[in-house]
Amino acid sequence: MSIITLTHLQRLEAEAIHIMREVVCEAEKPVMLYSVGKDSAVMLHLAKKAFFPAPPSFPLLHVDTTWKFRDMYALRDRAARKAGMQLIVHQNPEALRQGINPFDHGSLHTDMWKTEGLKQALDLHGFDAAFGGARRDEEKSRAKERIFSFRTASHRWDPKNQRPELWRSYNARKNRGESMRVFPLSNWTELDIWQYIHLEQIEIVPLYYAAERPTVMRDGLLLMVDDDRFPLNGEKPVMRSVRFRTLGCYPLTGAVESRAQTLPEIIQEMLLTTTSERQGRAIDHDQAASMEKKKQEGYF
Amino acid sequence: MTEVYRTDALIAEDIDAYLDAHQHKTMLRFITCGSVDDGKSTLIGRLLYDSRMIFEDQLATLEADSRRLGTQGEAMDFALLVDGLAAEREQGITIDVAYRFFATEKRKFIVADTPGHEQYTRNMVTGASTADLAVILIDARKGVLTQTRRHSYLAHLLGIRHLVLAVNKMDLVGYDRAVFDRIVADYRAFADSIGITDFTAIPISGLAGDNITSRSTATPWYAGPALLEHLEEVELDQTADQRSPFRMQVQWVNRPDLDFRGFAGTIASGQVRKGDGIRVLPSGKTSAIARIVTADGEPEAAVAGAAVTLCFTDEIDCSRGQIVTAAQSPVETADQFEATLIWMDEDAMVPGRAYWLKIGPLTVSASVAAPKYQVNVNTMEHLAAKTLDLNAIGVVNVTTDRDIPFAPYAECRDLGGFILIDKRTNRTLGAGLIHFALRRSQNIHWQATDIGREHHAAMKNQTPMVLWMTGLSGSGKSTIANLVEKKLARMNRHTFLLDGDNVRHGLNKDLGFTDADRVENIRRVGEVAKLMVDAGLIVITAFISPFRAEREMVRNMMQPGEFVEIFIDTPLEEAEARDVKGLYAKARAGKLKNFTGIDSPYEVPENPHLRIDTTSMSPEDAADLIISRLIP
Repeated sequence: MSIITLTHLQRLEAEAIHIMREVVCEAEKPVMLYSVGKDSAVMLHLAKKAFFPAPPSFPLLHVDTTWKFRDMYALRDRAARKAGMQLIVHQNPEALRQGINPFDHGSLHTDMWKTEGLKQALDLHGFDAAFGGARRDEEKSRAKERIFSFRTASHRWDPKNQRPELWRSYNARKNRGESMRVFPLSNWTELDIWQYIHLEQIEIVPLYYAAERPTVMRDGLLLMVDDDRFPLNGEKPVMRSVRFRTLGCYPLTGAVESRAQTLPEIIQEMLLTTTSERQGRAIDHDQAASMEKKKQEGYF
Repeated sequence: MTEVYRTDALIAEDIDAYLDAHQHKTMLRFITCGSVDDGKSTLIGRLLYDSRMIFEDQLATLEADSRRLGTQGEAMDFALLVDGLAAEREQGITIDVAYRFFATEKRKFIVADTPGHEQYTRNMVTGASTADLAVILIDARKGVLTQTRRHSYLAHLLGIRHLVLAVNKMDLVGYDRAVFDRIVADYRAFADSIGITDFTAIPISGLAGDNITSRSTATPWYAGPALLEHLEEVELDQTADQRSPFRMQVQWVNRPDLDFRGFAGTIASGQVRKGDGIRVLPSGKTSAIARIVTADGEPEAAVAGAAVTLCFTDEIDCSRGQIVTAAQSPVETADQFEATLIWMDEDAMVPGRAYWLKIGPLTVSASVAAPKYQVNVNTMEHLAAKTLDLNAIGVVNVTTDRDIPFAPYAECRDLGGFILIDKRTNRTLGAGLIHFALRRSQNIHWQATDIGREHHAAMKNQTPMVLWMTGLSGSGKSTIANLVEKKLARMNRHTFLLDGDNVRHGLNKDLGFTDADRVENIRRVGEVAKLMVDAGLIVITAFISPFRAEREMVRNMMQPGEFVEIFIDTPLEEAEARDVKGLYAKARAGKLKNFTGIDSPYEVPENPHLRIDTTSMSPEDAADLIISRLIP
């Protein structure tokens, strides 16, 4: 008998597949949150593997803010089509009506489009389990998040009242109206994600690769002017070779100056760099433990 | 300070070579046990720092936090890196299980960081359940303490194969070899006493960085590996598990079309090859592996830890929760077990109550008998116990409502570890480790009889059922039940009335009014009512039956539709004002303990078939309503 030792990526892959199969068996109506970023790309890829040769039985849900990069919308539609999965796009009608945007409304933008939008979409379709691509290495409060994270009927997360999670055994039972957020990538790190994308040749949004793009500086963030809604007040965008380590709404997502045009170059840059991933997001900077607060309120 | 990553040059010069090397890393999961005082968070912070898992912005936050909240004066307080939630940062203790990640050239590591105090035993058990290895931290100045023994016992109980005794703060004892040797000798004596045969002791300083990533010059007398060297070399469970027989719990049946039928699951132990003979439990049917299917092709073999889909050569029945094993080494099936139970909920375990038991993908109904004994986790003494409270560990008998396939926990974590779930709130209440099956139930076979329950019912020309009246003491249950029976007798129906007080004179005279005794009271009444329904009778019961879980238990004993719940709804003030038997007065005076509504709860039925509001309806009218609505 020859022993076969699985690599760390093979084990992370097996764990994610196990989690996804468990959800499909235990939940009545699961959905996969698809944000078009690199973590979503990996999650979608794993879903295709988990149920092979059958296609995944659940739809993809994009909680849209209307402020994503144009490249993201293009890949979103193509990826769903290629996977043969239904794509549900939800835009909070109230935010749409009020014209909520990241330039004029500050944190209200995230609250209404993302936090409220997500709750609306889950309620509207009656989804009782939602896969998310969050990882425990992203942020301190996430290090304690369960893989199966229980939410009350009002979508609240109670950090003091989380279910113990032992072995590979997950308790997905809940009463009507309550739901689960499930994080199959919990134990992956940013480096694992990149290595896996490289190894499996997963398609990602071109914005992750460096290219000449029109940019301006705002509050210490290097922002890309992705369309003509960006208020410039006469300022002329500067063409810089930049890429993004994380993707969200384009007016809130900081770029880094880079020449990395291939995945190995991106990984190389990441390993040699000294800033962590969420640094590029405006949302976390408010205060220590801000993410924990947002999560209690229902932010993913 | 030696860097863990000696590869900066490689990353910069040949990223492809670096990536190739790192794609072959393995993964080790471990747990750190100890309290803040032992320098646990500092050690983890140090491992992250030395393996470059801390970025510059996090470092800046850390420096700011160190000045504001730190306990290390001007020096960096690594502990602040790993103490996550706001509440804990304020209290200065780690409350929950937090998972941290770092990597060296050889391995990726997942660290479960759990709190050390006794009130967080459940958190440590959770972290230990997935760990290959445990690092037991000891303060060199203090030696082996009560908590050292507790942590070691729990790690051993949860089946962790490798223990590391990290004797920390060696810098504070002058790196004295005698101190280290004495602690190791003390620990060995204790370890022997609880069956730990092997451990690795390492003298370290988390703060100064001695023997963490490489051997320290401060301890020339120590010849063993540095902590990280040991973590890189120790054998993985994923490897060791492959030496056991093949077992896989079926998670999901993959059937996209009529041509494909595969059984998906994660291999719990052993290896499986194309052509291998297999057996499915509990049915015992045999077949052979036709294909091993993955999205990346069809491998010849698959091993423990892999998530695969298996196709058999024959069309045999197999579904979620069943176990596929090597044909020659099947697992046992049973419906009664002895197990160690770790209680994890604020509400104590109720012996006899029906809980969900989830083992791998299989969920069944189960009940737990009163503990044989509880273990004092500090002294390992056996104590007498009637129940298990939060964080208590005891040995119990568990009965499931059907045969389940299993393996002893000591042989296989996946097949022998289970969780208990509350049927109403769905909270995870506890974790169980199966020791062995109890044979009793297998020796009592169900005797088939020729005259069945349908025959009994047909002879009486009626639909047997249980009219289950529940409500507070003095709500009017017995009065209404009595009237219902009289009216049914006039209609020539064959009935029997089981009354709470009457049953306690005979069948249940040995039971009191504690929660556990109330559960047993209702269980026995349920079994008697079931026999009577089988005999074709309409059974009328009048019991307070205050807990939803027990009413649900009786419902589950009956065939669907036979259990009819009637809520005799009388407000507490009204029942107390009536106080027909003078019991409320006694309870208020403290002469009667555990009285429902006073110092014991009544859980209102959520969906009764009928609610009788006794403040607006006479007992006569209530009886008429019950008969007209419920009796066909």
